[in-house]
Amino acid sequence: MSDTRKVTIKAFRFNAETDYLPTYKEYEMEVGKDELILDLLNRIKWEHDGSFSYRRSCRHGICGACGIKVNGKPVLSCKENAMELLDLFNNELVFEPQSKKRAIKDMIIDKKDFWDKHAAIKPYVETEVDPHPEHESKQSIEEFNKVLDADLCIQCGSCHYACPVVEANEEYFGPAAFVAAYRFTVDTRDNAGDERLEKTAQMGPGVWDCVKCYECAEACPKEINPIEKITKLHNLQFERGVAQSNVATRHAEGFVRSIRKHGFLDEADIVVYSEGYLNMYKHIPTAIKMLKAGKIHFSDTLPWVDNVPKSKNLDEIQKLIDISMTNKL
Amino acid sequence: MSKLKYALFTGCTAKQSTPELLSSTLAVADKLGIEIVILEEASCCGASHLQDFDEFLAHVLNARNICYAEKLGLPMITICNTCQLNSAMTKHALDTNPELKAKVNEKLAEVGLEYKGTSEIKHFLYALIEDYGLENIKDKVEVPLSNFNIAPFYGCHNIRPSELHHSSNGGENPYVPTSLDDLIDALEGHPVDYSHKNKCCGFHVELQANHTSEVLSGNAMVDAIDNNADLMVTPCPLCHLKMDTYQDSTGKVVGRDIELPVLHMPQMVALALGCSEEEIGLNFHVQKATQLYNEAR
Repeated sequence: MSDTRKVTIKAFRFNAETDYLPTYKEYEMEVGKDELILDLLNRIKWEHDGSFSYRRSCRHGICGACGIKVNGKPVLSCKENAMELLDLFNNELVFEPQSKKRAIKDMIIDKKDFWDKHAAIKPYVETEVDPHPEHESKQSIEEFNKVLDADLCIQCGSCHYACPVVEANEEYFGPAAFVAAYRFTVDTRDNAGDERLEKTAQMGPGVWDCVKCYECAEACPKEINPIEKITKLHNLQFERGVAQSNVATRHAEGFVRSIRKHGFLDEADIVVYSEGYLNMYKHIPTAIKMLKAGKIHFSDTLPWVDNVPKSKNLDEIQKLIDISMTNKL
Repeated sequence: MSKLKYALFTGCTAKQSTPELLSSTLAVADKLGIEIVILEEASCCGASHLQDFDEFLAHVLNARNICYAEKLGLPMITICNTCQLNSAMTKHALDTNPELKAKVNEKLAEVGLEYKGTSEIKHFLYALIEDYGLENIKDKVEVPLSNFNIAPFYGCHNIRPSELHHSSNGGENPYVPTSLDDLIDALEGHPVDYSHKNKCCGFHVELQANHTSEVLSGNAMVDAIDNNADLMVTPCPLCHLKMDTYQDSTGKVVGRDIELPVLHMPQMVALALGCSEEEIGLNFHVQKATQLYNEAR
């Protein structure tokens, strides 16, 4: 088998100053087995069209400048082998910016929303510093380990622009900002912990709007797994008493109430418990449709009727909840 | 082929709002000669929400579920992507972190159980494809689904994070998933290619961020419809609930009329294998789907 492959690459071309709509242009090239996506971006510029624009800098996967999407997959261009992607996408590659609606020129986007959100959660240690310290501000290995791998984030934006909530809800901080929020909230030198945690607890911008799609975990070129930190922020809100009682926190805590009683989730009760009786009017049209289809039964809503199936050996489950649960709302 | 045997973790929805998922799963297993033992001891997996409240408690409860499959000496199968994810996450956490495993086992010992890590956990979709085999399924098709353009909707929790799932989902690539397409093909249906097949349905924020939830499910359904889908199929009952139950309100949010039957993966297989109307349970859908039984014939 030859070490090179002749392919046609499609690239998104757009200039916000002059163009109304983007176009896709095709570039033919012979791709070698060790070439990176960044090499192909360079070759489009150097061999085909000098006006082709993209960001690049370190070429070592640490500056975070060269993030783009290839066939919808977020990649850091300087870390991604071109041949592997050609195999994955059946020899047809489409280069696009991380976010088409934020495109300024070709692969270059306006990352303002990313930087604003990142800055808003205070991605730094906030503390009073002695102007004449006698020694460094020391961290034990144990203290440092709490940070997990959150310190490795290079702010490339791969997870942020892979997150569907960022697109659907403008307020939402997004996974990268949450990784930073987690990293500094668990830092033992930091004094802004609860204030920062409160920001992540807000409905709308905060972690409760996460849809659990794991796009961020899949996208991160540093393998940080942002949603793992989002889950930890959820837990920290309860641990530190920052969580307010609202539909989302009651929904999370309500699972314990159901599981203790039945082993299974009581699907009707979790909605009533999370929303509160007064807000149930919102669910009446859906409930009627579900009743008609036989998905739920009228008696499910009566507090004195229990239609929920029970797990066998329910006493074990109840005992495990009693001895294992540490958080409360 | 030696007879396949699995411990089935039903999850909560199959026992409540989607009884058609359980009946069609059992019907498919019966038709294919797969033996199923239902884990009646199992509890809710936490559905990622208990995990948000108390991660450790969620690990303890999921480990207990897995213990019962281990006691039977059987691989555990799931019929819900979210059950699959949460069970697999606990398994992975305990198998790779001896300290956590010891802590969890300390709790489990109080009820006479021990998590060992001996049972594999996989979704029924991959048990059918990887263990039973598409060629063998093809041989059993009685009602080819050639009248339908079927949009596969994979559901996040079977395909992401890929590293966690690769040992149990045949190495499915989350950016180019193929298993459901291949299954539709094997049943002689026409798989619909559309870009939202591997995207999120928004189910998990249905209560607290309704608009986001509606936008995500709406975008996916509209994309399927625009690519000529007659119906959608998903291995996840939570995707099913989101997409089947809320088509009116979702349509209003995205400004389109949406009418699209959404089948559970085992319902589609049961339809093709010639299972009974009662077993397939299309009558339990909010968006009318009962016509599909006759349209397939």
